[in-house]
Amino acid sequence: MEWHTAVVSPRGVWWKPAGRQERLWIMIAFAWCMVLFAMMPFWHLKGGQNPSGIRSRVETKAFAVRVERFIQDYQVGEEAGIPVVAPPPGSDVYLQATMWAWKPVLQLEEGASYVLHISSLDVNHGFSLYPANINFQIVPGYDYGLEITPNSVGEYKILCNEFCGINHHQMLGKVIVVPPGTTAGAVGGER
Amino acid sequence: MSKPSLTDVILRRCPVTGLGVDPHAERFIKLHAVVAVVTFLVGVVAAILLALTRWQAVHLLPADWYYRLLTAHGLNMLIFFIIFFEIAILYFAGPVALSSRLPAPRFGWLVFGLMVAGAVLVDVMVFAGKADVLFTSYVPLRAEPPYYLGIILFAVGALLGVGHFFAALVVAKREKSYEGSVPLVTFGGLTAAIIAVITLLHGAAVYIPTYFWSLGLMNMDPQVYRLIWWGLGHSSQQINVAAMVAVWYLLAGLTVGAVVLNEKISRWAFVLYIGFISMASAHHLLVDPGMGPAWKVWNTSYAMYLAVLASMIHGFTVPAGIELGQRLRGFVKGRFGWLKKAPWSDPGFSGMFLSLLIFGFLGGITGVTVGTEQINIIAHNTLRIPGHFHTTVVGGTALAFMALTYYLLPLIFRRKVAFWGMAKLQPYVFAAGITTMSMGMTFAGVFGVPRRHWDISFSQAPFTMEFPPAVDLLMALVGLGGVTAAIGGLMYILVAVKSVFFGEKLDLERLEPRMAGVPQGVAKLPAQVHSGPAAEAVHEGGTPGTVVLVFVFLAVFVLYYFTNWKLLSMIWKIG
Ligand code: HEM
Ligand SMILES: [Cu+2]
Ligand SMILES: [Cu+2]
Repeated sequence: MEWHTAVVSPRGVWWKPAGRQERLWIMIAFAWCMVLFAMMPFWHLKGGQNPSGIRSRVETKAFAVRVERFIQDYQVGEEAGIPVVAPPPGSDVYLQATMWAWKPVLQLEEGASYVLHISSLDVNHGFSLYPANINFQIVPGYDYGLEITPNSVGEYKILCNEFCGINHHQMLGKVIVVPPGTTAGAVGGER
Repeated sequence: MSKPSLTDVILRRCPVTGLGVDPHAERFIKLHAVVAVVTFLVGVVAAILLALTRWQAVHLLPADWYYRLLTAHGLNMLIFFIIFFEIAILYFAGPVALSSRLPAPRFGWLVFGLMVAGAVLVDVMVFAGKADVLFTSYVPLRAEPPYYLGIILFAVGALLGVGHFFAALVVAKREKSYEGSVPLVTFGGLTAAIIAVITLLHGAAVYIPTYFWSLGLMNMDPQVYRLIWWGLGHSSQQINVAAMVAVWYLLAGLTVGAVVLNEKISRWAFVLYIGFISMASAHHLLVDPGMGPAWKVWNTSYAMYLAVLASMIHGFTVPAGIELGQRLRGFVKGRFGWLKKAPWSDPGFSGMFLSLLIFGFLGGITGVTVGTEQINIIAHNTLRIPGHFHTTVVGGTALAFMALTYYLLPLIFRRKVAFWGMAKLQPYVFAAGITTMSMGMTFAGVFGVPRRHWDISFSQAPFTMEFPPAVDLLMALVGLGGVTAAIGGLMYILVAVKSVFFGEKLDLERLEPRMAGVPQGVAKLPAQVHSGPAAEAVHEGGTPGTVVLVFVFLAVFVLYYFTNWKLLSMIWKIG
């Protein structure tokens, strides 16, 4: 047998079976890669957090109109000039990203499910919910409809974590999660 | 290493390695390496300012310059520095490693000219404030048209350079400059080159339409842009991985005579990279609205993680080859005697080995984890992402290239390595800095701290928002680690520039062991071929040290991976 470094041209037949330790490692590594792979479909079946959503194309103008109607239907107040909206549990919720604001402020109930539709009217933005640390890419022309279930009461912030122009760092929105049953007063509520 | 041939007339026979070096290839290695170092300098200066801005207590730059220098840093480091260096490596892995001639020296000038013109045009646009779009330039953010033109020129130059490498392989084969198969290093270079073609075609597919779009001549869909852009952006990372692994094999051979455990396995592992690369763009689109779960799961795992398997194979065969090489040199004591007695004061070795450790333990593990479809929800666009890739392409690839430089200086530039004491220290400083900064970023990202963000105190936002105090500490680590890494980068530049332009000439015919300024693998090249009963006996013993290392690695991997699933399971239900 002859052994050489990687700068030497191998001569003759170098197609030989791998050594014992090498073979063992490859088998273990392969098995681990299969675990890595299997975890993703597994989580789709059994896990509670998946980025699937209801995805569709949407005209930016149409989305803006939909957001306005949503605000009209369920507005309960205003904060820092941004409408505060309290949609009923189970409803479709609309959030609009523009340079450089998230609109509206959402008031949601703990333990209730909503379909949160997010889209952008101009450039890419990054939806990043603090402190839950939930992150999604928001692309203009696409409606990302995510079914969400807030799991604890409190005040959350929406940062933008995709560069969207010179005032990107000022783009901050808000989500308020209230205890179950608190949204009762809102217009058009359905239980 | 090969018999004298016709082309020998024009080649310089290297007294250390025995390789035949075409002076034209040598010139282009020098040119590309020098420009790589210049662009690296631009990137490092930007890096210091960025690190000191993200360190919120210092917050150095104004907003517009933070975003502008972030653009400049991404482009000069990830695109210009890395690709100029890779083209230099291709000139080595082709004509030099095969002791062959460069097919078309004039064509080499065209390649170099296009790449330089493109890079200069891009940098002029960026520093003039006409391309504040970050290096990803996601449409509909818009830079002035010449910016896209600059990228196109650079990419066309690089593509032609890759073509020249293929031509060199054909010429070497036809003129029989080597016997048997190409060496593993060349095979690795070939892998990188093939991936480069795939990558650069994606580049053309995205930048040419975007150029027309910037002129107002056509429409671009933002999601389609992201899809194709990352076909370029991620595959190019696979070029970097393949080139880095080839450099590991090369330096392991030159520094300690590391043997190739099994040519078949190592080559297969390279082939796996080629096979499953273009799928990797999915990594960046896991939480995008345009693609469905089946596409995401299949593509992000690069067809069931076969490229990850490839990296795990190299992650075994490289250290195991080093262990065997060391044992063949007589360092046989215990499980780790070979590691303890390794040439830690040879920057070619220390840089290579640190690159291996950082890439494997930090880069690989974090990359696979945050690149998992669901886990990406708690990582996308947070500081975890730059935390990850500064341990792959920086602590891994860039550090490996630095280590290689310490061998290029004596062997190609034929100069002593200047500031030898500083050179020996450099890989450690750079590695320590990058590791610290990346750790700071990774943990800050766990709190949701965004990347690409000028002000995480949100002083001008409509609401108040404060991260917990731990984040201040982590961002200080980003600042301090970043400055340390940048000092390591500047040390590298000083050594390279001084050696190349003002360095002491080195006569490779007259080398002594332990010369200052000459890495020990150059002063006394370890045996590159082994046979006989003693070698058989060492091989029988296997690589017990490496076996321990890889199982520690696997344990860390499993722990980190499942910890992240646990973290994910604690957030809101989302579907
Ligand atoms: C010399 C030491 C280096 C330091 C201290 C450093 C530091 C940094 C910092 C602080 C950021 C900004 C992160 C953010 O605010 O989002 C950054 C971004 C980045 N760095 Fe480095 N870096 C270094 C070397 C490199 C190298 C060698 C490469 C590539 C080969 C590289 C590639 C990048 C890229 C691609 C980005 C992201 C740019 C973007 O988000 O648009 N860095 N780096
Ligand atoms: Cu934004
Ligand atoms: Cu933004």
